[in-house]
Amino acid sequence: MDLFTRRGTLALGAGALATTAVGPRGTRAAIPTANVSPPQTRIENGATLRVLRPTKFVDADETVFRENTAKFTAQTGVQVRADFAGWEDLRPQTAVAANTGAGPDVVVGWADDPHIYSDKLLDLSELANYLGQKYGGWLALPQRFGKKWGSEQWIAIPMGGTGAPCVYRISWAKEAGYDSIPTDHDGFLKLCQGLKRNGHPAGFALGNAVGDGNAYCNWLLWSHGGMVVDEAGKVAINSPQTLQALRYAKELYQTFIPGTLSWGDVNNNRAYAAGEVGLTQNGVSMYFSLKNDPRTAAIAEDTGMMRMPTGPSGKMAENVLLLNAMVFKHTRYPNAAKEYIRFMMEAEQYDPWLTGCGGYWAHPLAAYAESDVWKSDPKIAVYRDSNTVEFWSGYKGPISAASGSVAADYVVVQMFAAASSGQSSPEDAVRDAERRARRYYR
Amino acid sequence: MSEVTTAEVPWSPKRAAPGAIARLLDSKPVLIFLCLLPAVGLLLTFLTYPLGLGIWLAFTDTHVGRGGIFVGLENFESLWYDNVFWGAVFYTVFYTTVATVLKFGLGLWLALLLNENVPLKSLIRAIILMPWIVPTVLSAITFWWIYDAQFSIISYVLVDVLGWRTTYIDFLGTPWHARWSLIAANVWRGIPFVAISLLAGLQTISPSLYEAALLDGASSWQRFRKITAPLLMPILAVVLTFSVLFTFTDFQLVYAITRGGPINSTHLMATLAFQRGIPGGQLGEGAAIAVSMIPFLIFATLFSYFALARRKWQQGDDNE
Repeated sequence: MDLFTRRGTLALGAGALATTAVGPRGTRAAIPTANVSPPQTRIENGATLRVLRPTKFVDADETVFRENTAKFTAQTGVQVRADFAGWEDLRPQTAVAANTGAGPDVVVGWADDPHIYSDKLLDLSELANYLGQKYGGWLALPQRFGKKWGSEQWIAIPMGGTGAPCVYRISWAKEAGYDSIPTDHDGFLKLCQGLKRNGHPAGFALGNAVGDGNAYCNWLLWSHGGMVVDEAGKVAINSPQTLQALRYAKELYQTFIPGTLSWGDVNNNRAYAAGEVGLTQNGVSMYFSLKNDPRTAAIAEDTGMMRMPTGPSGKMAENVLLLNAMVFKHTRYPNAAKEYIRFMMEAEQYDPWLTGCGGYWAHPLAAYAESDVWKSDPKIAVYRDSNTVEFWSGYKGPISAASGSVAADYVVVQMFAAASSGQSSPEDAVRDAERRARRYYR
Repeated sequence: MSEVTTAEVPWSPKRAAPGAIARLLDSKPVLIFLCLLPAVGLLLTFLTYPLGLGIWLAFTDTHVGRGGIFVGLENFESLWYDNVFWGAVFYTVFYTTVATVLKFGLGLWLALLLNENVPLKSLIRAIILMPWIVPTVLSAITFWWIYDAQFSIISYVLVDVLGWRTTYIDFLGTPWHARWSLIAANVWRGIPFVAISLLAGLQTISPSLYEAALLDGASSWQRFRKITAPLLMPILAVVLTFSVLFTFTDFQLVYAITRGGPINSTHLMATLAFQRGIPGGQLGEGAAIAVSMIPFLIFATLFSYFALARRKWQQGDDNE
């Protein structure tokens, strides 16, 4: 069944037009674009599309996405059905589409997925180059995940990434003697110790939490110069850098609120909103949900967001979850699919989406740094550069099925959890992680 | 034309020989085959095929999104050297054993209480069933809140209301706390099933047996041991079998509350199989873990069936 009936589409289209006419017109003008003409793609007659993407985390993610899609239908006559899948169901559904050669034409999937099915995807180089030229170039992480490993061929169009910088209570950090988050690990540890002394402990997820657990533990690993595998995909986790990271994690763990070993993806949000923790790591969504609720607006007022301490040579070392759009070769309307992605990435549509989501999915194209969303609230500026990160899940090896499996089996998270809680010595924890990673990289 | 032919056909007193289809349908083997067909078809499609496919996948290196080739016992070999897998096997057996014993102990006790004459008997029986009726995921989420590290109501009462403790209990943060917490949640969910099933069994026992025993001067413990227990044994065996199967294959409770954490200490074989197979993409390995459950299940079923359902055990040596 088509999700968009004709009447619904018209209504949505009209609504979308109205909002673009009144609202973000100014915003649109702000995005600097180069004068490049789009690739000549003739949409097939009678084309229809099915699009699969992850379910919304912030409301506007779905509403604006649907508005933009309806606008595409209104302008091109291509009926588009957009399905929203649960975050954990998306990967298996992508796999089914890839295996059976049926189902959605366009999948806005997770970062690694296009690399697993690269031989089943259309080449999107022309489109990617056009977008890159028009919008000031692709940022580092989208380049990493858009292009096939070790080549210049684009197999996916990254649409946005959500990062996890440090989120903290400004007044409590001040109380502990800090006006901002230190950029070095020692200073960060001292800050957390100060917070703990004053009864506002830090809290980072160390349980089997897909988002937050990986965010915290990958930061620990990368910012100390550690890696799971080397450039060739050989397991290289057992290194002095990793051991150093584990020892540091153990010290930092002493400043945590009790119970973080069981924390899932929502616990830090809850604890932060209740004022139980003074510092954690999160996407921008938490700040907005605090800000929009009158009962917690005061907490939002007192909330600051800054980079976690950086890695060697001052590089940002945070985990960013990327949305990566791909088109399957099995689609009957490849041109319509490419045009749809292009349409969604053009400033007229992309900027309202970016703005509507409050920067939750940070832009992959440099020019959108000028978007009003990053100026609307100076506090969220730290999210603007999410996609400039040069680390990725499975760093520093090729993106493959193995890197996905290691993440899904929480190998890195559990290594840090075991060492932090003292359940294993750092040496044992890293050996165990090495052995587990080898099971996948063989 | 037809009128003419009808008129000319002489009336025959003999019955027309039955057609081929009629004769076929009259044959007993064919009829049995036809009547069984829907059931067998359903079983083959929805039971045998998935099970067979699962077993086949366990011997391949299939990934989600990529077909696999036959690799023999490689998955099992790799699991053999995997501590996480053995941890899951240990916890699955531990979880099943402890939870089943507790469920039966408490369930039987509850059934005996409910079998007495209490006021509002049927209302109480209905209420007892509540934990069983609530969808597992809902009760799992409730327990997840009850066990929350920061917002647990148990900790709140102990610390902030009664002042018996100074710190919140870390229910899910240390391995043994988490293991026992999950068992408690499972027992809470499972008691009603056991209690109501055993209650049904108790009500089939004729009161005259108890009257006779009373006349003979039997104590209540003797009545329980010599009348209730043996007569309850057949239904106990069936309920036990079901309960063991449900507990052994539990998934939702653990997945919703701990996802197998902290540090894999509460992984059941089912949750580990899912984690490795679907989000982890290693379908072959996930299937191998699932297949490893089969011997345990067969053993558990055979044990509860043969050990408890023996007529000899129930009715004395001479009645086999």
